[in-house]
Amino acid sequence: MSTNEKPSKKPGEVETTGHVWDSNLQEYNNPLPRWWLWGFYATVVFTVVYWILFPAWPIGGTFTKGLNTITFMDDGEEVTTHWNTRSLLARDMQTGRHAVRQREMLERVGAMEYDEILADVDAMSFVNAYAKGSFGTWCAACHQTGGAGVIGLYPNLRNDQWKWGGTVAQIEETLVLGRNGYMPGYRESLNSEQLDQVASYVLSMNGFDLDADAVAAGAEIFNGYLGGCYQCHGMDAQGLASLGAPNLSNNLWALVDVPGAANDEERVRRVAAFVHDGVQRVMPAFADRLSETEIKVLTAYVHSLGGGQ
Amino acid sequence: MKHESVETNAGLLIILTLAVISVGGLVEIVPLFYINDTIEEVEGVRPYTPLEQRGRDLYVREGCYTCHSQMVRPFRDEMLRYGHYSLAAESQFDHPFQWGSKRTGPDLARVGGKYSNEWQVQHLINPKSLVPESIMPGYPWLATTPLDYSDIEQRMIALRRVGVPYSINQEEFDANVERFGEETAVMLDINRAEDNLIRQAQEGNFDGDRSFISEMDAMVAYLQVLGTMVDFNQYSEGYFAEFR
Repeated sequence: MSTNEKPSKKPGEVETTGHVWDSNLQEYNNPLPRWWLWGFYATVVFTVVYWILFPAWPIGGTFTKGLNTITFMDDGEEVTTHWNTRSLLARDMQTGRHAVRQREMLERVGAMEYDEILADVDAMSFVNAYAKGSFGTWCAACHQTGGAGVIGLYPNLRNDQWKWGGTVAQIEETLVLGRNGYMPGYRESLNSEQLDQVASYVLSMNGFDLDADAVAAGAEIFNGYLGGCYQCHGMDAQGLASLGAPNLSNNLWALVDVPGAANDEERVRRVAAFVHDGVQRVMPAFADRLSETEIKVLTAYVHSLGGGQ
Repeated sequence: MKHESVETNAGLLIILTLAVISVGGLVEIVPLFYINDTIEEVEGVRPYTPLEQRGRDLYVREGCYTCHSQMVRPFRDEMLRYGHYSLAAESQFDHPFQWGSKRTGPDLARVGGKYSNEWQVQHLINPKSLVPESIMPGYPWLATTPLDYSDIEQRMIALRRVGVPYSINQEEFDANVERFGEETAVMLDINRAEDNLIRQAQEGNFDGDRSFISEMDAMVAYLQVLGTMVDFNQYSEGYFAEFR
């Protein structure tokens, strides 16, 4: 602590507040810096100009609308009104640079056939860019951001397993109409041994080496009157897209977590439990939420994810 | 008056400070209560049903608003992602409103009907099971906790006091029939609140279990009605601009 040093400026050179601490500690009272003061005046001037141009002061039941106007199309008619953010948005959606560009591309893609879109580099790069947002908003909540789905809940869109068909026409129909997937449970008609046999047969078609007797017995149930599985899944379990019955012989698993099972016993148990319970899954319809062109873009995108037929 | 005399007089400084900061509120907030165009004239907006209102209470209790806003702003990117921008009319019966300004999670103003009940239930129990990159915590107790609706009438009476048109007598009920239609008016009748709540929970089957009215029923019922009351196909692009 210094006690004897004098202030760097003598009292009187600069105005002080008159407060003194510790006998010589004083507080300068400098005027505001000039740049700051003029900056402040400038904001005042800006405010007045803003009041004149934009909606500002409340008066009675209404408010000053400002001199600034904005023009946009309303139901095919040109409307000019005082500037406001809602009109600004309407104009931006109609004539904004990005909106116009996007509309042009949507119209172009909308006029193309699927095989043209899938072969056209420009169209596909637009499809990918547009679908990144659209798929993210509407589809990713279930099918996941990359389309890989969740085993047991939501189908993988990246592989060759298509319950309802993987051609563009079938994918489009799935999007437009939605799908109601249903397989009955067999808890009444099959006992636990028979369930295990069916499970063994199904797994054997996917390359798993299981007890031959059980597989043979399972095949009889699957392709016979008792199980009747063939009625939907087909005699060789190739699936039937019109019923949403998947191919059971390609070792792709959407609803039963076979890949996550540790051994054959566990695999049989999981498949048997699934056949016991049955399943019901719903894909919602998007016809009333998305435009035809948006559905087209999403269809092309889903088809291009890797499994399209 | 010299600035110095303000700075050296605490009482005067307090009074003048209050006067200055009141200007913002007086000019920007107070007029909204009497300007004719504040609330848009639209059809369809009604107070929440008893079940939805309890869901809304849970939404507030669990602090959903700390991460989710309920306000689609009038910008192109928000329209593309969430749908039509929010109207003042859509939150006119909210006390307090849930507009929010913090979006750690997505905006929920138009989440109603976007996902199925089953999805909402699964997602609330364990968000990561559906959205691996999500940082939202799970709320599994909603599915196992019975919904407490013993005080639903008191809650509705409290909301009625701040202006929500729940009806408590025949006169108010008739006014609601006139304003919202018979079916909705019945749901807004405080005297039938408990029956209405139970019936909606059982018929709606929001949590997948009809026999058990859980907090999940109320939460999903509330989420599924958000942003669905106004049919935007009825109105042209310029209509809502007339109110601003």
